[in-house]
Amino acid sequence: MVRFENVGLRYGMGPEVLKDVTFGIPPRSFQFLTGASGAGKTTLLKLMFLSLKPTRGLINIFGRDAAGLGPDEVAVIRRRIGIVFQDFRLLDHLTTYENVALPLRVQGREEASYRSEVSELLQWVGLGERMHVLPPVLSGGEKQRAAIARALIGRPDILLADEPTGNVDPRLARRLLRLFVEMHKSGTSVLIATHDIALMDQFDARRLVISDGRLRTYD
Amino acid sequence: MTDQATDPYLDEEQPDAVGPLRRYQPTPIVPGATVTGAALVAVVAIMTFLASLTIGSVSAVRGLASSWTADISRETTIQIKPADGLDIEAALAAAVDTARRAAGVAAARALDPAETAALLEPWLGAGLDIANLPVPRLVVVTLSPAAGPADIAGLRTALAGRVPAATLDDHRQWSDRLTSTARQVVAVGFAVLALVGAATILSVVFATRAAVAAGQSVVEVLHLVGARDSLIAGEFQRHFLAVGLKGGAIGGGAAVLMFFVLATLPAWLRGGAPADPAATLIGAMTLDLRGYGGIFGVSVLVVLVTAATSRLTVYRTLRRLR
Repeated sequence: MVRFENVGLRYGMGPEVLKDVTFGIPPRSFQFLTGASGAGKTTLLKLMFLSLKPTRGLINIFGRDAAGLGPDEVAVIRRRIGIVFQDFRLLDHLTTYENVALPLRVQGREEASYRSEVSELLQWVGLGERMHVLPPVLSGGEKQRAAIARALIGRPDILLADEPTGNVDPRLARRLLRLFVEMHKSGTSVLIATHDIALMDQFDARRLVISDGRLRTYD
Repeated sequence: MTDQATDPYLDEEQPDAVGPLRRYQPTPIVPGATVTGAALVAVVAIMTFLASLTIGSVSAVRGLASSWTADISRETTIQIKPADGLDIEAALAAAVDTARRAAGVAAARALDPAETAALLEPWLGAGLDIANLPVPRLVVVTLSPAAGPADIAGLRTALAGRVPAATLDDHRQWSDRLTSTARQVVAVGFAVLALVGAATILSVVFATRAAVAAGQSVVEVLHLVGARDSLIAGEFQRHFLAVGLKGGAIGGGAAVLMFFVLATLPAWLRGGAPADPAATLIGAMTLDLRGYGGIFGVSVLVVLVTAATSRLTVYRTLRRLR
C-alpha cells in the first residue's frame, strides 16, 4: 500500500534527516516505528501523510507516485489515511462530536447520515458522555481518544499514530493499544510511532527502527 | 439559591442538553472570530458609502446638467442693437416675423419697452424711459423640442438677409460650458470610484490574509482530514460574503438615506412656500431611479468584489501553506 524507495530528506541546507529509507507497509499489517527522540519518526509519518516532500527517492502510495499528485488528489488520498498527531490537532471551537465527524463533514456528507456512526465510535472510545464538550475542557487522555476517533471515523486503509500513548497512564495506554489491534483485525494497516518499549512488548509485531537517519526492519 | 425546577433559564436550556434529540446546528468550520469582523464591516461600509456617494453625485450632476442644457437651448434670443437711421420697432417686427416663419420655431415674441426696462432695472433704476436710450431690444424665440442645429443655422441666415442689425444668441457658449463641466465631474467621479474600488480590494486582501493566517491551525487540520482547497476557500468566503453583505447594506443604505434626506429636506424646510433659489439648488441634487439603481449596483459590486477577492486570496495563501 505504501512503498518507500531510497527516500532521503533534508530540511533546507541542513544534513539529511532520513537517508536511503526503503520499506513498505503491506495491507492488513501492524507495525511499530521506533527510535530515539528526534530520530525522525514524525518526519517519516509526515512523508507518508504527504505533508512533506522527500528531497530524493520515490514514495508510492496506493499505487500512485506521490510526487505527481495535485492538491485535490492529495486530499482524496488523505481520506484513506487516518493520522493521530502527538499534539492531537483538535479544533477548539468545535465540540468533540464535531471534531470526530470533521473528516466526514469535509467530504460533503449530511450530518444525519453519520450521526449514529460518530456517536457509536465515541461510545466505543469511552467519550460518550463528553460528546458535546469543547476540547479545552477535555483531559489529555480524552483528547488523545478524540484524536484517535477522528482518525478512525473515515474507516481508513492505513492508520498512522504518533506517540498515541505519550499522554496517558499505562492502563489507558493498554486500552488504546487494544483499540489499534481491533482496527488491525478489522482490516486496517496500523503503524504506531512510539519509544515506549513496554507498549511494544505487549503486542508482537514488526518493528521499524530509525537511528542515524537510517531505517532497519525487525520482523 | 435558585430553584432549578422553576428557573426559566435552566428550563430553556434543558432540551438543548438532551443530545441526540436536539436540533443540530453545525458550528462553522472556520470560527467567525478569525475573520476580523466588525472592523472589516466598517471598512466595507465606508467604502460602499463613498462609492455610492460618488455614483449618486455623478448621476445627479449629469441629470442637472442635461436639464439645464435642455432649458437653455430650448430658448434663443435675437438681439437688435440700435443704430443710426434704424427703426427699431420695425426691425423688431421683422425679426419676429422672420423667426415665426423659420422652421423649428414654436413661438417668437418681442419684449416690449416695459419688459426691457424691467430687465435693466437692477442696473439703471426704476422709472426709466428707454425710448430715449440706445438700448438693445430682444426677441425671445422658443424652439420646438424637435429643433436641431440646422434650424438655428437657417434662422440665422434668414435674419441676416432681412434684419442685418439683428444677432442671434443661441446660448451655445453656455450649454457647451455646462456640458464640458458635467463631463469633467463625471470623469472625476469615475476616477474616485476606481480609487475606492482599489482601496476596497486591498483592504479585503489584507483582511483575508490576516484571517487565513489567524486560522492557519484550522486550515492545517482541515488539510489533514482530507479537505479540498475549494471547501476551505468556500468556508472563508462564506464569512467574507457575510461581512461584505453587511458592509454593503450599511454603506449603500446610508448613501440612499442621505440622498433621500437631501432631496426632501428643502421641501420640509420650505413648508410648502414657493421655492427660493438656494433651496432649488440643493433640491436639484435629487436622484432619479437610475441614480438609486447605480447605488444599488455599486453596493452589489462591493459585495461581489469582497467575496471574489477573499476567495482568490485564500487560494493563494493555501498554495503557500502546502
